[in-house]
Amino acid sequence: MKEYILKRLGLLVIVLIGVSIITFSLVRLAPGDPAVHLAGEHASPQVLENIREKYHLNDPIYVQYFYWLRMALQGDLGRSIESRDLVINEIMERLPMTLELTLFAIVIASIIGILAGVISAVKQYSIADYGVMIGALFGVSMPVFWLGLMLIYIFSLQLGLTPVAGRLTTGIVLERITGMYVLDSILTLNWPAFVDSLKHLILPGFALATIPMATVARMTRSSMLEVLRQDFIRTERAKGLSERSVIYKHAVKNALIPIVTVIGMELGMLMGGAVLTETIFTLPGLGKYIADAILAYDYPVVQGFTLFFATLFVVVNLITDIIYVYIDPRIKYEG
Amino acid sequence: MDTENPIEVKQRTRTEITLKQLRKNRTAMVGLGMLIVIFILCIGAPIFAPHAPDDVDLDRGLKPGFWSKDGIAGYPLGTDNLGRDILSRLLYGGRVTLSVGFVALAFALVAGTLLGLTAGYKGGIIDSALMRIADILFAYPALLLALVVAGTLGRGIDKAMLAIGIVYTPQMARIIRSAVLSIKEMEYIEAEHSLGASDWRIVFKHVLPNSLAPLIVYSTLMLATAILDAAALGFLGVGAQPPSPEWGLSLSIARKYLVTGAWWAATFPGIAILISVISLNMLGDGLRDALDPRLKGGTKI
Repeated sequence: MKEYILKRLGLLVIVLIGVSIITFSLVRLAPGDPAVHLAGEHASPQVLENIREKYHLNDPIYVQYFYWLRMALQGDLGRSIESRDLVINEIMERLPMTLELTLFAIVIASIIGILAGVISAVKQYSIADYGVMIGALFGVSMPVFWLGLMLIYIFSLQLGLTPVAGRLTTGIVLERITGMYVLDSILTLNWPAFVDSLKHLILPGFALATIPMATVARMTRSSMLEVLRQDFIRTERAKGLSERSVIYKHAVKNALIPIVTVIGMELGMLMGGAVLTETIFTLPGLGKYIADAILAYDYPVVQGFTLFFATLFVVVNLITDIIYVYIDPRIKYEG
Repeated sequence: MDTENPIEVKQRTRTEITLKQLRKNRTAMVGLGMLIVIFILCIGAPIFAPHAPDDVDLDRGLKPGFWSKDGIAGYPLGTDNLGRDILSRLLYGGRVTLSVGFVALAFALVAGTLLGLTAGYKGGIIDSALMRIADILFAYPALLLALVVAGTLGRGIDKAMLAIGIVYTPQMARIIRSAVLSIKEMEYIEAEHSLGASDWRIVFKHVLPNSLAPLIVYSTLMLATAILDAAALGFLGVGAQPPSPEWGLSLSIARKYLVTGAWWAATFPGIAILISVISLNMLGDGLRDALDPRLKGGTKI
């Protein structure tokens, strides 16, 4: 086990070096002169020259890469061209919102997905099974941005049940602790803020949860069907255990093992969905941040964010893999 | 008819067996049928569309369709903010959205097959190097990477095609590689080797044809997500640019008018995306069951 983790950590370092090279070159391959990007269109040649000097833009490209990497390792991802703020500060400010949204989505997706998958498998070929499978087919095929708009139209604009955008109604005060509003309102026992922030979170959370929910339901179903066919389940039944105990105590527990990896993978993938969801619901999170930065050609933000996010994503994937190996002793510790 | 040999046993090729199984799979057939209809409608857009996709008239902006008495005759799905016919824009828009998906997939298919074949067949350092690069590209969620690549390359559908193609290449390469690895060790390949067949001959005569099943299955399923990504890039503003009738872009423009109650302009492009993607997923799932029973169940790319 220890050897496996060490090996994976070694691999992680290689992947991260690769990620940094790709991130760096990606932005440097972008059309246009980086000095002009930094100084603005109308900067004088003297100003441009100063900027080139300051940011080492006259040095060979690999030297520039090392300067950039050294700064990045010290937590300095540069400054946004738009706001002039430090990219790392802007990321940290927006991270809790996105974290809250994705965690909320993955919790909904896991609970509903697993439940639907188990029912579907236990009652194979019933109406419930077909219903779940058709629902899952729609779910995996859903354009999230469209679903988000439809939810806003129905629940916010027509029924007036939920707010159209944002995280908290103006006028409601909430002390900021973690930056995750639902959690903060629980910590400060602030009931109005809790209800309000949850109301703001429910539509984007549900929209974002659709695809992982469908994937989890499909995976749970096939995993359950496989487990239910196995010998030990027959033994349990032969021992005279009740059907309920066979299914919920023994089958589900074994069927859930592969689901853990799926949930872990989906957690990273949700970030792609968060770009769309946050854009639709005008939520000030990381997804909207990167989408805006790309549209504004704010290269330091794109570069810094990409590096930061890829690192996070790789680490989350590694943790999922380790948990997977830990809970399933049948997996061999091989790269 | 061969009358001289009445008790001839009919020999079926593998393709025939597969096609037979596929025809029995109702989901796959419905998906295929829906796809054919979508393709005919989009390719034949100049014939089927009642109006030109860019026929602007502000006087008939945001008119509802057949469900309302406020609608105008000849505009069954209503009009968008510039008074353009939504049905006609859907048909022309499908050409854009679907071809972004197709070209992106074709790129990934060619690049991924070449890389996957090389990695799997050659093994060793080449294999390790290529797979590490794939690991690095996997370090980003697909849509995010496509967004960053497209944003860096600039705007437009050609950039969107390339961006999505690049993102899907490592996935395709992995699938091919694992198929190659499982075939490479088989005895008949070894026999070919001992007969003095060249590497390329073995790869193209034996390894590739035997890797076709997973390739077809995953291509279909990947095309579904490629189309979703194409529309998403259009929606975010880095793919197709106005006045293109691309589905994602149309949705993003129509989004501003939801507040005015004009739901139709945003609803129909979304339904078009959903139906296309569902058809592909139905066909892909069916193909998977028919072509490669080992993959049956919830396989994930």
